[in-house]
This record gives sequence, C-alpha cells and structure tokens, in this order.
Amino acid sequence: MISDGIPAAAPVSRLVDEFHKLPGIGPKTAQRLTYFLVRMPEDQARSLAEAIVAVKDRIILCSRCYNITESDPCLVCNDLARDQTRICVVEEALDVLALERTRTYKGLYHVLHGVISPINGVGPDELQIQPLLGRLRGGDIQEVILATNPNLEGEATSMYIHKLIEPLGMKITRPARGLPVGGDIEYADEVTLSRAMEGRQEF
Amino acid sequence: MRVRSYKTEAVVLRQMPLGEADRILTLFTPDVGKVRAVGKGVRRTKSRYGGHLELLNRVEVSISYGRSLDVVNEAQVIESFPALREDLQQLSKAFYLAELVDGFTAEQSQNEPVYRILLRAFRSLDSARQPDLLVRHFEMHLLGHSGYSPQLYRCVECRFELEPGDHLFSCAGGGVVCQRCRKMQSSTLVPLSLSAMKVLRFIQRSADYSPVDALNVSTEVLREIERLTRTHIRFLVEREVKSADFMGLVSSSGRR
Repeated sequence: MISDGIPAAAPVSRLVDEFHKLPGIGPKTAQRLTYFLVRMPEDQARSLAEAIVAVKDRIILCSRCYNITESDPCLVCNDLARDQTRICVVEEALDVLALERTRTYKGLYHVLHGVISPINGVGPDELQIQPLLGRLRGGDIQEVILATNPNLEGEATSMYIHKLIEPLGMKITRPARGLPVGGDIEYADEVTLSRAMEGRQEF
Repeated sequence: MRVRSYKTEAVVLRQMPLGEADRILTLFTPDVGKVRAVGKGVRRTKSRYGGHLELLNRVEVSISYGRSLDVVNEAQVIESFPALREDLQQLSKAFYLAELVDGFTAEQSQNEPVYRILLRAFRSLDSARQPDLLVRHFEMHLLGHSGYSPQLYRCVECRFELEPGDHLFSCAGGGVVCQRCRKMQSSTLVPLSLSAMKVLRFIQRSADYSPVDALNVSTEVLREIERLTRTHIRFLVEREVKSADFMGLVSSSGRR
C-alpha cells in the first residue's frame, strides 16, 4: 500500500499497487494513471483490460527463433521470401523490432532473452544458446551475425557463442562499431573512437 | 555552502538497468570506497558518458549528491584494459575479481589497498603466465586487506607453530588447524597438504605477483588451493560467488 492517512478505496489502491510494479512507474505516476482510468469510459477501460489479457493468453515464443509471436513459427521464420541462410542473434525481442525498422536486414533472427552477466548471476544456461546451436547444426545457415549490445556483457556473450559455433565453419560477423549518427567525436570514448577509425570506409 | 559534488577516480564494478535509459552503477573508488550512483541516460547510443562508464573501466568521475542515490555528472576513461576485453578467459576472471571486490567491501568505506591490487590484477591478467595463480594471489591479498588474512604459520586452536606435514584448514577459525587440535574444531575442516600450505604462504608473503608467476605448481596442488580458497570465500561472503562458475566453465571449455 502506498498511500498513508485516509485510505483510498480498496480497488483503487490495488490498481495503484499494480501500476507501481511496472518499470519506470513511480508512486505518483501510478496514482495518476489509476485516477485517469477511474474517469475513463467503460468500453475503453475494458478494451485495455482485454489487451493485457490477450498479451498473456495469445503470445508465445516462436519455437525456432524464440521471438515473441502469436503464431508458431513466427511471421519472420515463416516468410520464405526472407534469406534463410542468415541468422542474426540478438539479446531481446525489442532488438528484433529495432533491426526490422531499418528494413535493410532480410534474414532470420534468434533471440537469446538475456545476456551473460556473471556478476548478476546470469550464465549461458539461462539463455537460449542451445536451441541456436541446434538450428545451426540442422540447417544450411551460411552466416551468423552476433548482434548483442556493444557493451562488455554483450561482448562476453558474443565471444562465448563465437567459441561454441566456430567449429561449425560458417561465416561469423558482427555489426560495425563506431560513431552514432548525430553524435559528437569530442565526447566519444576511446574504444568507440578507435573502432570507428579501424572500420573506416572509402568516401 | 554545502558541497554538492565531488570528483574521484573509480572502477565500474557493476551495472543494473534502471528505468528507461539509466543505470545504477556500483563504483569502487580509492578515496571513498564503494559508491552507488545513477548514470542518467547512459543506455542511449548517443549518451555522452555511456561508453566511458562501461563495466571494469577505470574512470574519472564527477558525482553529485542526490536525494536517494548519487548521480554521475561526468565521466572520462583513464584506463580501459583493452586486452582483457578481447579474451573470454581473461574477461571471466576480471568479472570474478570485480564480484569479489563488490562482496568484500562496504559502501562508503575506504579501502585504498584493495583498489590498488584490483588495478594491478587487471593490468597483469594479460601478461600472466599462470592467470589462475594471479587470481589466487588477488584473493589472498583481498582477504588480507579486508581483515581476513589466513593464519598459515600457527594452529588457530593451540597457537603452537605448525610442524611440517599435512594439516587442516578451518574457515570459521580463519586459518590452519594442526592434527592434534582437529577434534576441538566443530566446524567443517578442509584438508590442507604441506605443499599447498607452502604455496599459500609464498603467495601471502609476496605483495607483488611476479615471483608467484614464476612458481612451478602441480595441477593437483593448484586445484587443492582453488577448492580451499573457494570454500573459504563462500564462508566469508555467506553466498556463492556467481562469476566463479562462469570462470570455471570458460576455462574448462578452453582446455578441451
């Protein structure tokens, strides 16, 4: 219970508590959202409630790429127009969305659902690495793109996977590291800057 | 006027995502010990300081006092130990050292010697001939600087000088127990061979790592020391050191 003094009506404080559990929602925002919902027309509130239930009921993980999906295999895995010889390995389902927005990548994905973080107790066994190995051994994949986040834990995860799949003999690549569009060279850290210089391209 | 911020150098021990684009950073500083502070927006690609505040970096930071958590205003890399970032075995060891430091230090409690040995270990990981021994050396001196230096010369029970021979190690007693006193100790005892004890003594005596790197230690004794240290550390921090598993996994798959 968040509020002190005169207690709010029980259903209200219950909803406040539920909102408070969400990422990025503090006690004040939780209250604001709740009181907004109280005044919302009933059909809109119902539609929101149904949308939440539908997410939990109808969304599953694709049995091939482990992306979140409504149908199994997911739309990407089922799309034969896509390049079936490339797999892009990402940490989270949100990364798939980001890559799809670019409209430049036409291959398949594999979602790990996390990143190796020994200090936070996440080891390789907590991630979807074994299913990835299965896919690589089974199919005619020619290129694996290790697109984990360009930070130390993402890097450790890529190095670990690289070591496991190297013997399989396919091409292993990773996205270029460098300066973000709209960024400032002055503020770039030395690792980013040196990678950017190493990977420079003809103008 | 109240001081609103301070500058210090630090090693980034740990990161936890917070909200939309922030991170809670655990920083280990030589001046004020372990500090937790928020890196605002550091998860965005265009963040000015995000790349600088990468895990295990040695950075110069400016931190301002916040209401609940302090906030990092500015960060600049001093040293990024590039070699250990490119090798999974070294990296797994560095993660382990960082977790140990996190486990053995308290917030806002200065421990400058530990800061010094951490930096030295990070720098030596690449050149060490026997990285496993480097880790043992670090553990021993971390224990020493945290007030847990193992007693390896006298029996912790009867206080008599140890005679050459195989003995036992008591985690609760923080040192060696001689054969005569083994019944007095109710807690679990770990067997300790004479050769392992000699290696441990040598590691304890050498503030510098380089003489230890030159030692010739059999795999058996190395394993014994590793098991003993792990049991002792688990006893002291009262939990599993999680990155030890990953370190073991990576080095065993390398041997295969």
